[in-house]
Amino acid sequence: MAKDVVSSLSDLKEKEVLEIVQDRLRKNDDPLKILDDARRGMEIVGKRFASGEYFIPDLIYSGEILKQITDLVKPRLTKAVEVKRLGKVVLGTVAGDIHDIGLNIVDFMLDTNGFEVYNLGVDQHPQVFVNKIKESGAAIVGLSGFLTLAFDSMKQTVDAIKEAGLRDKVKIMIGGGQIDEEVRKYTGADAYGKDAMAGVALAKQWTGVK
Amino acid sequence: MEKKWAEMSPEEKQESLFQRWLSPKDPAGNDIKFQSPQAEKAYKERIIRIKDAIQLKKLPDRVPALLLPSFFPVYYAGMTPQEVMYDYDKLNIAFKKFLIDFEPDVNIGNVAPGPGKFFEILDYKLYSWPGHGVPPEQCYQCNEGEYMKADEYDALIEDPSNFFSNVYLPRVFGALAPFQMLPTLTGILEMYGVAFNFIPYGLPPVQNALKALMEAGNEALKWVGAVGAFTNEAIGLGFPSMWGGFTKAPFDTIGDTLRGTKGVMLDMYRQPDKLLKAMDVLTPIMIKMGVNAAKMNGNPMIFMPLHKGADGFLSDEQFRKFYWPSLRKVMMGLIDEGIVPNPAAEGGYNSRLEVVRDLPKGKTLWMLDQTDMIKAKKTLGSVACLSGNIATSLLELGTPQQTKDYCRKLIDTVGKGGGYIMCNGAFFDQAKPENVKAMMEVTKEYGVYK
Repeated sequence: MAKDVVSSLSDLKEKEVLEIVQDRLRKNDDPLKILDDARRGMEIVGKRFASGEYFIPDLIYSGEILKQITDLVKPRLTKAVEVKRLGKVVLGTVAGDIHDIGLNIVDFMLDTNGFEVYNLGVDQHPQVFVNKIKESGAAIVGLSGFLTLAFDSMKQTVDAIKEAGLRDKVKIMIGGGQIDEEVRKYTGADAYGKDAMAGVALAKQWTGVK
Repeated sequence: MEKKWAEMSPEEKQESLFQRWLSPKDPAGNDIKFQSPQAEKAYKERIIRIKDAIQLKKLPDRVPALLLPSFFPVYYAGMTPQEVMYDYDKLNIAFKKFLIDFEPDVNIGNVAPGPGKFFEILDYKLYSWPGHGVPPEQCYQCNEGEYMKADEYDALIEDPSNFFSNVYLPRVFGALAPFQMLPTLTGILEMYGVAFNFIPYGLPPVQNALKALMEAGNEALKWVGAVGAFTNEAIGLGFPSMWGGFTKAPFDTIGDTLRGTKGVMLDMYRQPDKLLKAMDVLTPIMIKMGVNAAKMNGNPMIFMPLHKGADGFLSDEQFRKFYWPSLRKVMMGLIDEGIVPNPAAEGGYNSRLEVVRDLPKGKTLWMLDQTDMIKAKKTLGSVACLSGNIATSLLELGTPQQTKDYCRKLIDTVGKGGGYIMCNGAFFDQAKPENVKAMMEVTKEYGVYK
């Protein structure tokens, strides 16, 4: 088998990459090395998404394949994987809105780009964001929302962060179907991202990564 | 009558449906009376204006001005979504106020909020609605899931109707879960063994489900009585109903509520042939859905909300392979029956414009959201009427002046030579009333063709 995990995964060859992983596990290959290859494969997926070669279905599919790889490898792990992270991001869909597709794509893209993501899930009240920022010490916050009511929920969340005295400790980005610069101004966020890649670019910029 | 219809060309059929739209009737078949000669005049002018914009043959008298909101009329009337979902009088009051205050060229109708009690009776799982998963002051939202499992394509393909009645409905309506036990009706053939098929109907859970079904039917009737009365009242006031009904792109039929976004996207890789086959099977069903509604309601306009084909959701290759062929078949099936498909492409459709312009000229109306309208005019606009592009954020956060400026720009560019209808880009809940008013005003003044 000439193919390797990195290229099979990044080319979305599900069967092939799972066979390679199983084969390597049978040969008692280091499970950490397999996971590291998978991570590198996912980095390529992220890059291809960023360059417009891959689209949302490719991201979702690669995530599904990665989950299967992790499930195969996990029982063999003796110690936890340590990955160097660029920074922490608290992410969630704001109160009253239960949309999660965009949220999870941004989570995925930040994660594959080396950020530690605390994904709070959907319909999260401002206080939940505030608590998580305090607990994690994250310097970046991402607010997601698809509905127009999210404009107000986002504003309330930014206000709550301000009231908690955390506003100058975090950078806040917003995103979602109807979000634009007008909405950003209204909510008091620092920036808005048109898509998941814009979110990653912002996070990198804010953490000083080139 | 039936034979005559079959002999008509698509153009004749379309003209016949436009004529029926122009002469509205109540469910009993009687002419709806206009409240004044001015109302009747306005009603007819509005339809002709829209027809001229769509057909791309004649310049309309002015750019038609539409408002297609979601829950905006409810908030504008100072009510909550919960109130209008449970009190149909309030529902009618809110939507009537909206029509009278803003005077758009069509009435979107007040069907969208839906009957809350009906959803309760059936224990609808597919959505959370005010008081049932979302707060009273917010609109309902879809609970995406795999209501059809990955290994159920064969069942759907072999017998879609049975799949819906015995598998899908029991999953999306809690009260109909016992319908899983129902027989396949095509097994009821001859005297021998026929009674076996009816055993499930004697079982208490199935009987309870049937009772729920009757109760739901009663509530649906009560609700449709109210929304129907509003529709007819609006016609009497001079506001034509926007749509005769709706249908969907087969890819969305599967991706929205059967397999879900993630499910359908994985199926493109793991079982593409089955996905394509299932869309083939659903295509005539989607055509029939639109044709029947348009004919029943005497209105050529059929709404088609487009979802999973937006920019970014599929690659160009995936769009051309999985999304467009069956969508085009549905649209052509509708056009052949004289219908004007009204696809609404929320999000961006920039990367799709060259593909979707493969349609006969003057037969469709596209509602666009964040698509580059100049680009759209040059491509899709050469064969189709365009509408939309007034951003939700502009309506909610902008000023009347900004709104007017933006509308003027659209009228000057996309509206040039006809083929454009002023409209919001996405179905909106919140907006500043003064912005909505500004949008209507500027279109009616500045949008006049000289």
